[in-house]
Amino acid sequence: MTAEHHPTGWRRWVYSTNHKDIGTMYIVLSMIGAIIGGGMSWYIRLELAQPGIQFIEDTQLYNVLVTAHGFLMVFFVVMPAMIGGFGNWFVPLMIGAPDMSFPRMNNISFWLLVAALVLLVIAGLTGGGPGTGWTVYPPLSSATFHPGPAVDFAILSLHVAGASSILGAINLITTIINMRAPGMTMHRAPLFVWAILVTAFLLLLAIPVLAGALTMLLTDRNFGTSFFIPEGGGDPILWQHLFWFFGHPEVYIIIIPAFGIISQIIATFSKKPVFGYLGMAYAMCAIGFVGFVVWAHHMYTVGLDVNTRAYFVLATMVIAVPTGIKIFSWLATMWGGSITFKTPMLFATGFIALFVAGGVTGVVLSNAGMDVALHDTYYVVAHFHYVLSIAAVFAMYAGFYYWIGKMSGRQYSETLGKIHFWASFVGVNLLFFPQHFLGAAGMPRRIPDYPDAYAGWNMVSSIGALITAIGTVFFLYIVWHTLTRGQKAKANPWGEGATTLEWTVASPAPFHTHEELPNMEPAQAGE
Amino acid sequence: MSQANKHPWHMVAPSPWPIVGTISAFVLAVGGVLYMHEDIPWILAAGFALLLFTFFGWWRDVVREAEHDAAHTNVVQQGLRVGVVLFIASEVMFFFAFFWAYFNASVPAISFAAQTQWPPADIVPLDTWTIPFLNTLILLTSGATVTYAHHAVREGHRDKAIVGIGLTVLLGAIFLGFQIFEYGHATFGFTDGIYASSFYMATGFHGFHVFVGVCFLSVCFFRARAGHFTPRQHVGFEASAWYWHFVDVVWLFLFCAVYWWGSFGL
Repeated sequence: MTAEHHPTGWRRWVYSTNHKDIGTMYIVLSMIGAIIGGGMSWYIRLELAQPGIQFIEDTQLYNVLVTAHGFLMVFFVVMPAMIGGFGNWFVPLMIGAPDMSFPRMNNISFWLLVAALVLLVIAGLTGGGPGTGWTVYPPLSSATFHPGPAVDFAILSLHVAGASSILGAINLITTIINMRAPGMTMHRAPLFVWAILVTAFLLLLAIPVLAGALTMLLTDRNFGTSFFIPEGGGDPILWQHLFWFFGHPEVYIIIIPAFGIISQIIATFSKKPVFGYLGMAYAMCAIGFVGFVVWAHHMYTVGLDVNTRAYFVLATMVIAVPTGIKIFSWLATMWGGSITFKTPMLFATGFIALFVAGGVTGVVLSNAGMDVALHDTYYVVAHFHYVLSIAAVFAMYAGFYYWIGKMSGRQYSETLGKIHFWASFVGVNLLFFPQHFLGAAGMPRRIPDYPDAYAGWNMVSSIGALITAIGTVFFLYIVWHTLTRGQKAKANPWGEGATTLEWTVASPAPFHTHEELPNMEPAQAGE
Repeated sequence: MSQANKHPWHMVAPSPWPIVGTISAFVLAVGGVLYMHEDIPWILAAGFALLLFTFFGWWRDVVREAEHDAAHTNVVQQGLRVGVVLFIASEVMFFFAFFWAYFNASVPAISFAAQTQWPPADIVPLDTWTIPFLNTLILLTSGATVTYAHHAVREGHRDKAIVGIGLTVLLGAIFLGFQIFEYGHATFGFTDGIYASSFYMATGFHGFHVFVGVCFLSVCFFRARAGHFTPRQHVGFEASAWYWHFVDVVWLFLFCAVYWWGSFGL
């Protein structure tokens, strides 16, 4: 390629049209988001370590911390790392494409997310901040209770982040549909590619509904409309419907890329192809589809009609079926395999165990009757942190260790990686498992104080948070250590189990790859 | 391809537009909040100007890549078409939210908070069979003219294509004129409760999409005159035509649900 396609200095990054550079920027952004959002959760756990108020006298500040922690972790840590980072880096490599379909649009997807992050920070620093929770329910988010500009900044931050996600989704879907190498049929595409495809469709169809709802909230707050205001004939429950019609697919947007990463890693380190490949692919499609028709299970306590609740219980439980297909297929992949427990595999097996734990409490919570008691308690907090905070983050770590050699050209230290895994595994379980007990005993979420009866398990949880925090700082050390001291990575450091196309190019992957398209017709692919 | 590529894909050169567009979005957001809370309109206007500048520069580059660099091979065109269809799908979901709000307010079977009477007692809705119906006919006619233009482009009749696109732009502009007239003569304002909220939000965003479609087709008008569209390569026009049909279909739903069904209760 000509020199103009490979600029140097700041232009290389700011003007980038290269999927690898943009993917790298996404991963860096997600680390920045993780440091801020993780720092907030550490502060929250410090406050909750003992009964009474320790540090946060202003309860609005506590609400703002909880809100910002949620926004950051969902929109600025997990999504950019998995979809923007690994998706950008490895979808083109895995399908044998030289870049994304729309490389320039790829760049604005990234930079819009930076703008959204800055807007969110501004929101937190103006007019008392948005203390609404990430769900932004009116009337708390209305002009009556949040009259300042903070909620408006948060709304516009989500608008910009949403635009970023929609453009990214269009790009990924078009790339996967249109740019697969000769012979790379959909039914030969790696499961990570399938995962990103399903995720991108969820983004494409769910985010605009949030955008519509946010627009209505914005006009309610500033231009005198009544969508969510009962005095004008509006309905606050409408917000919850619209929000969760987006919000439930959103949680699958977070976890389905994790499924894809885990499938690649389990197969690689078991030295076997994934068991039930097609079932795995279509299970993700099924989860994505059913994910659109279960939203009101977040709203069992708002006074829905009993038949409505019965439907949502049933539909929600149905999701356990395709999810079960995935869990059992991972286990069947490992069964009889020649397993090596390198760090990515440790995180992948840890993912399976802990995702199952979070999934099981999900089935409990899907019951409308049970949920009336457990709604807004720490049981719910424990549930979604097991599936999102633990499972999704474990998948991110697994992906990082799996692919860092390909991305940076340097391999991490196996010893340090294993220490990081065990610190994380012990830390997060100590952190979140006791929260099941607290929730079952009735401790409400989003409140900085609690009765003395909850003191014991809260202290245990905060100690778990300390271990997790140490593990996370240790991870940052591992990143530094890898990039400066790491061994040179081979093109394929994992051996015969790693069969996808990214392992056929050099490490680090050259600026442009697959300039001569790989031919994946069965005879050439050696099937 | 201008480079000695062994593949048909378009490796886009590095570009300043994404970062300029991002800055414009950021300025728009900050300016929006300042306008809403401090009555300062200038930053919002500046953001908007920068956004228009970005649109202009970005699309100028895309047209140049298509016309001068011959970067849009058949498979690249196919990718662009897929991208447009996906974009329209996301737009459909955007309107889905406003239709949901409308039916949530008007159908008691959907929500306990729905009005028991629709339109609400204090609302005199617009007469379905006057301007709204006329606008329906105008928009349907414009769908026909844009299809006429599409056939003309595919068969290489540049003059007919220019006429077809020009007529479509004209009909779109007339539609917008009637809608502005209708808003000016409505007996209810934007802030008059849930009927007015859902009416103006849904029809207003549709009107904005008509405006965008008119702009898009106007660009195609000048591109057609410049001879950019050939029977084999006219993705830009195809995209505008698809977008226009989408706007048309949304209007049919709006007309049936908001104007027509919405006045059954009278």
